[in-house]
Amino acid sequence: MTAEIVLQSVVSGLMFGGVIALVAVGISLIWGVMDVINFAYGEYLMWAMYLTFFLYAGAGLDPLVSVPVNALVLFAAGVLTYRLVIARVMRGPIFAQLLSTFGLFVLLRYAAWLLFRPDDRQAQSLVSNGVVELRVSTGELVAFVGSVLATTALFWFLTWTKTGKALRAVAQDREAALALGIEPDRLYAIAWGISAAAAGVAGSLVSSFMYVNPLVGDVFLLPGFAAVALGGFGNVYGAFAGGLVIGVVNVTGGTLTMPKVKLALVYLVFLAVLFMRPRGLFGGRRQ
Amino acid sequence: MTSVLVVDDVHASYGRFDVLRGVSLRVASGELVAVLGPNGAGKSTLLKTIAGFLAPRQGSITLDGEAIGGLRPPALLRKGIAYVMQRSSLFPKMTIQENLELGAYVRETTDEVRTDIERVLALFPRLAERRRQRAEGLSGGERRMLEIGRGLLLRPRLLLLDEPTMGLAPLVMDLIFDKILEVRATGTTVVMVEQNARRALEVSDRAYVLEQGQTRVEGRGEELLRSEAVRRAYLGSGTAGR
Repeated sequence: MTAEIVLQSVVSGLMFGGVIALVAVGISLIWGVMDVINFAYGEYLMWAMYLTFFLYAGAGLDPLVSVPVNALVLFAAGVLTYRLVIARVMRGPIFAQLLSTFGLFVLLRYAAWLLFRPDDRQAQSLVSNGVVELRVSTGELVAFVGSVLATTALFWFLTWTKTGKALRAVAQDREAALALGIEPDRLYAIAWGISAAAAGVAGSLVSSFMYVNPLVGDVFLLPGFAAVALGGFGNVYGAFAGGLVIGVVNVTGGTLTMPKVKLALVYLVFLAVLFMRPRGLFGGRRQ
Repeated sequence: MTSVLVVDDVHASYGRFDVLRGVSLRVASGELVAVLGPNGAGKSTLLKTIAGFLAPRQGSITLDGEAIGGLRPPALLRKGIAYVMQRSSLFPKMTIQENLELGAYVRETTDEVRTDIERVLALFPRLAERRRQRAEGLSGGERRMLEIGRGLLLRPRLLLLDEPTMGLAPLVMDLIFDKILEVRATGTTVVMVEQNARRALEVSDRAYVLEQGQTRVEGRGEELLRSEAVRRAYLGSGTAGR
């Protein structure tokens, strides 16, 4: 085992971590704004990958070109999910919310299974076959950069725009926000839209180097949750950092030991952090 | 003087339990009116009902002659009713500046809003010094000032304050009352609910006393201060009241 291999694995881990970071930010946004865990998040990403694939196979669209299309379609899907499903269960017990997103998870996964069969498919991009320094594939590098850019754009939106500030306000105190004329229902719909759009962007970005099949959501969902917990529930900035950590632990840990145990390592770190800092590495309360 | 707010025989309830059972009051333009009464009399519920957080089951509420009973908070804000709730309602992780900006959420963000923010900060210099800091670092009195200032960013026709001095030290309490008088002096009509009846009567033009969900006494501040019945019941002098 040489230093070069370790370095290589850390770099690869960071590339994967960038995508996980975007996924974690998407999950964390919904949790932070309305205390709902979206179990179907990985399935949004899977559907986004199919959308990318069919845009490629049907219309010859490069996965990178489909990023904005995916973002828009998934934004609409997120708003629709909120309006049709989540808004209706918000007044129910927390189990109703858990079960409804879990139900969505099952529905989206097996609908894909039924429609697309469990075959692997892959779109090809301009960046699919390149390799840059340190043997990072161009596709992974582009996915990393794209994820970081998308996350930065989201942070900018949350920090500086009027709607972004209103979203943070609703997250902190729903009733106080209402007293200022901020309609929580409208902002929840926007949060679902943005969260799903993040999955859309991630789906397009990974399509140039990953196969899509109906189970691919798992690759993102569990590490995404681990990153959210690591970053401190509901803290979108922490979620981003948590994603990078999880990516490196996943790839570097797998390289240093056995690839088979890499997910186990992710959860070992996850449990260790929660054991020592129950609020997460970048703990504290809501942002 | 014309009435800005008229509350007429309003009944309101949480579930099946009536908290307001026939409250009536009138507030003229530019007035500072206090609503007093023992715990559980329905003072806060009255403000919540005017602010649209609770719909009246019976009776009417009008603002400048227009019926507003049953409208929701965002609609009422647009008509110029600002409401500062009893509990702390700041966004603790956001800066003072951001909290103020959100006070003008229903307005278009224009230079006018920015000018208004400067005006509010001029009224509360202690907030101006710390505008880039998070609200969670403020003292109790500063929080209240920020909440009142945030309410002013609506340019409200009517400002509702629910126990603005609750939990504050006496000196800070005086400061808050001074600020409320300054706000009134700019022409804003204010209705405030207060536990501290004596101070509230001293600063307000008129006051209403609620008891068991009904308006019991109404009068000018100094009249009520001198009234034996009110003194005994609410000001804690003479024989011990409730």
